[in-house]
Amino acid sequence: MPDKNEPITGNPVPYRGGGFAPRPNRIIAPVLFIVLITVWETGSRLGWISPIVLPAPSEAFNAFKELFVSGQLALHLSASLQRLVVGWICGTILGLVFGFAAGLFTMARGGIVPFVAAIFPIPKIALLPLFIIWFGIGEESKIATILFGTFFPTVIAVYGGVDNVDRGLIRMGQSFNLSWWSITRKIILPGALPAILSGFRISASISIILLVAAEMIGAEYGIGAYVLLAGNLMAMDQLVAGVAMLSILGLSVSWVIGRAEKYFLNWRV
Amino acid sequence: MDLHLSQISHAYDDVTVLENIDFHIETGQIVCLIGPSGCGKSTLLRFIGGLELPTSGAVMQIGSPPKDSLNPLTYIFQDFALLPWRSVRGNISLVLEDHGIKGTAAKAIIDDVLLRTKLQDFGDALPKQLSGGMKQRVAIARALAVKPACLLMDEPLSALDSQTRELLMDDLIDLWLKERYTACYVTHNLNEAVRLGHKVVVLSRRPGKIREIVSIDIPLEERKNNPAKLQEYQDYLWNLMRDEARAADQELNHA
Repeated sequence: MPDKNEPITGNPVPYRGGGFAPRPNRIIAPVLFIVLITVWETGSRLGWISPIVLPAPSEAFNAFKELFVSGQLALHLSASLQRLVVGWICGTILGLVFGFAAGLFTMARGGIVPFVAAIFPIPKIALLPLFIIWFGIGEESKIATILFGTFFPTVIAVYGGVDNVDRGLIRMGQSFNLSWWSITRKIILPGALPAILSGFRISASISIILLVAAEMIGAEYGIGAYVLLAGNLMAMDQLVAGVAMLSILGLSVSWVIGRAEKYFLNWRV
Repeated sequence: MDLHLSQISHAYDDVTVLENIDFHIETGQIVCLIGPSGCGKSTLLRFIGGLELPTSGAVMQIGSPPKDSLNPLTYIFQDFALLPWRSVRGNISLVLEDHGIKGTAAKAIIDDVLLRTKLQDFGDALPKQLSGGMKQRVAIARALAVKPACLLMDEPLSALDSQTRELLMDDLIDLWLKERYTACYVTHNLNEAVRLGHKVVVLSRRPGKIREIVSIDIPLEERKNNPAKLQEYQDYLWNLMRDEARAADQELNHA
């Protein structure tokens, strides 16, 4: 032991921990967004960016305002949302049913899993003409496209989630003589919910992509139809406004699912 | 209700895991199962509770369980097996719901078992808010709620730190002194076995056979005051197991 009166000499142990733990931050994204828009707007005003190549954000905003004032916005948006919601909900319900079947029964798994593996990678846009022949040029073919696009990722997320439910919890349920239905409803369903909700994130994004693709054929109203028309007319301001709407739609969906996760998965460590 | 394990043997494919296991669990007694790792202790416990079937032999119930027993053979697991999305009360209610016990009847049972496990203030907590020791107490409360005829405990203290283990050990002893429950207790900790067991079944390494059944003739309430005698028993058990444990440790894993 060194003498108490002697000063302690030596170097502190160098710190080498830290890092690898990014934290959420509410400020960075809005600031970055404002900087980007400002640079873009200034570039356009100063003539660095040709309006033929890319319209100024203010022009795109004007196009959006025009759309709003003329009442067309409500028509486009309601048409799109209707297709999106109906297609996504139907696809999700079917996906949940088939996903749970594949997760719980040997026979169903044998039939469903290879089938999903075979059809999931086919771009549903390529099947759109087929759907038009089957279901007509109206709403049905558009909804069918979104439904199919939602169905397959949901099946995969659900049966993956069921597979990952802690076997120990299922064994616990059996050891207390819980019925099959009780185990499925009270142990497997909540246990698979984290995977199912992250599957919803993917399926919702896929359905927005497919919505636009489907609306580019034979639709009078809808964000996809609006964007297509703007592109055909070389109306770049309208095109940018339409694309921005899609982006906002995606953000809203992601926010809703985030809230759902916070609410349903508050038990997660 | 007594339990009798008669001539149990088990093999996975062509690897024999257990051979001719034969012993008796008497009502009101705690039987400890010890053995080197991989000797099939936990598998044996799963046979006793009917979660798995042995290749040959059977576990017999002698006499019928008390009428008010909702789940005669009830497990307490090493990893607690609590549903993380249910509160403490919800976890206990889970095992009552299937018996149609809801509302005030369920509340009475839950209040009672929470009191017996000293958890009355934590009914609404989620498992993630509890320490390991508390989680295991919740699992014990859940087991008591179904009025088991025999508790099947699979290394219930192994996932806990040593101080918590000490506390929970005392709780298990106190609980036995009050309620005289029947239990089969799997452990690899010889100290736990000599403190809690009326009978210690020593298994050999794979294929697991009964090496010896050691009866500990000191009443549970007197064991605290007899550390020297307990140590003797513990040393005796360790002598039985030492070579087996060493050999088991050096075995290559074929699984």
